[in-house]
Amino acid sequence: MNALLALIKRDMRLAMRVGGGAMMGALFFLIVVVMMPFALGPDLNLLARIGPAILWLGALLASLLALDRLFATDHEDGSLDVLMMGPLPLEVAVAAKAIAHWLTTGLPLIVISPVLGLMLNVELRAMGVVALTLLAGTPALTFIGLVGAALSVALRRGGLLLAVLVLPLTIPVLIFGVAAANAAIVGPAPFGPPFTILCALSLASLVLGPVAAAAALRHGLE
Amino acid sequence: MAVIDLANPTRFLNLVNRVLPWLTAATVLLFAFGLARAMNAPDDYQQGATVKIMFLHVPAAWLGMMGWGVMSAAALGTLVWRHPLADVAGKAAAPIGAAFTFICLVTGSLWGRPTWGTYWVWDARLTSMLVLFLLYLGVMALYWTAEDPGRGSRAAAILSLVGAVNLPIIKFSVDWWNTLHQPASVFRMGGSTIDPSILTPLLIMAVAFTLLFFTLHLAAMRNEILRRRVRSMRLMQAQELAEAGA
Repeated sequence: MNALLALIKRDMRLAMRVGGGAMMGALFFLIVVVMMPFALGPDLNLLARIGPAILWLGALLASLLALDRLFATDHEDGSLDVLMMGPLPLEVAVAAKAIAHWLTTGLPLIVISPVLGLMLNVELRAMGVVALTLLAGTPALTFIGLVGAALSVALRRGGLLLAVLVLPLTIPVLIFGVAAANAAIVGPAPFGPPFTILCALSLASLVLGPVAAAAALRHGLE
Repeated sequence: MAVIDLANPTRFLNLVNRVLPWLTAATVLLFAFGLARAMNAPDDYQQGATVKIMFLHVPAAWLGMMGWGVMSAAALGTLVWRHPLADVAGKAAAPIGAAFTFICLVTGSLWGRPTWGTYWVWDARLTSMLVLFLLYLGVMALYWTAEDPGRGSRAAAILSLVGAVNLPIIKFSVDWWNTLHQPASVFRMGGSTIDPSILTPLLIMAVAFTLLFFTLHLAAMRNEILRRRVRSMRLMQAQELAEAGA
């Protein structure tokens, strides 16, 4: 448990310092959302209707952005080998890295999403709901992305491949995230079912993601 | 002959060379028979002759899904037993499965034009087949990226298994997202709703497509083994040259 916390702390510290990518995701999220009205036109009614979908799509793309750094830097400086040989099970170590990644890139997205919602004319009441769905859903994005990050570091060519591998797998998260947000704002479907499924997706990927990612690292880097 | 004996590529190639002509002949015959039955099948009272597209569309969809099943089985072989043939089987199955999925999408789109009035609708089944196609492309991209075939196949094996876990979830969520398509009508409780005059040719075509899949798969596995031999020969040649030069 101590090792887990230490690893999380180390990764968060690295992400916050110079050269880390902590705030980059949030900045990218901001830019994506700001670009949307330029493409769609400044019609506030339209933006209010599709606002939750824009926020979700922006968060999805932003969470992909820093994923390839998740293992790549550790692989370069050799600390990944130390983690693989260390006493901590690789699954747990990998999960710790994912948690740190989520805290530094996922959480800022959720925090700034109400402000961005304001710019998209999403109702004040609905903004909390969108943030809540992001809070429930972004862990799933991180833990699914974890598998892609492990696979691409094993092949030494991350970047584009990562997005190609990960994006199709995130479709269920996107569907239920947007559905839950829309259900709370426009109705008439109830908010409960999609939201609980979203939570289930996050929990399931929390369990399965580290196992698959650890397997990918073991098989890829031996 | 036990499965472990097939780990020797030469033995496997001998077996393939013996089996492949027969399998090819059976595929051709069954396709001829199935297509003839399909052409003689009665037209649909609403859709007319366009219902004939179904005889290609539905088997292609089944085989597209089965391709992922073959890849997942091969992935288990790669990761659990380290069977060298499983590497080759997984790699050979990916483009074939993708091709069947693509045929399913194209024929579906051509079928949709006269019946629904548009080439593409975002309905649940079309969309989940499209996602399956994207996943196939991802696996193929992974194979392309890997420099070392062994490492690439282990990575792709893990991706196949992750996909196998995810595909039902994706299917469920896409169904939930949009339930516009007609519900499943061949396999369901209380028997099929399709008339036997259409169902029999459909099943014959399904068997023919399955044989086609395995014919192509075996041929692709043979090609992949030969390709790997060429690769290792080239590497040896390059090494000899380098040693001669040094």
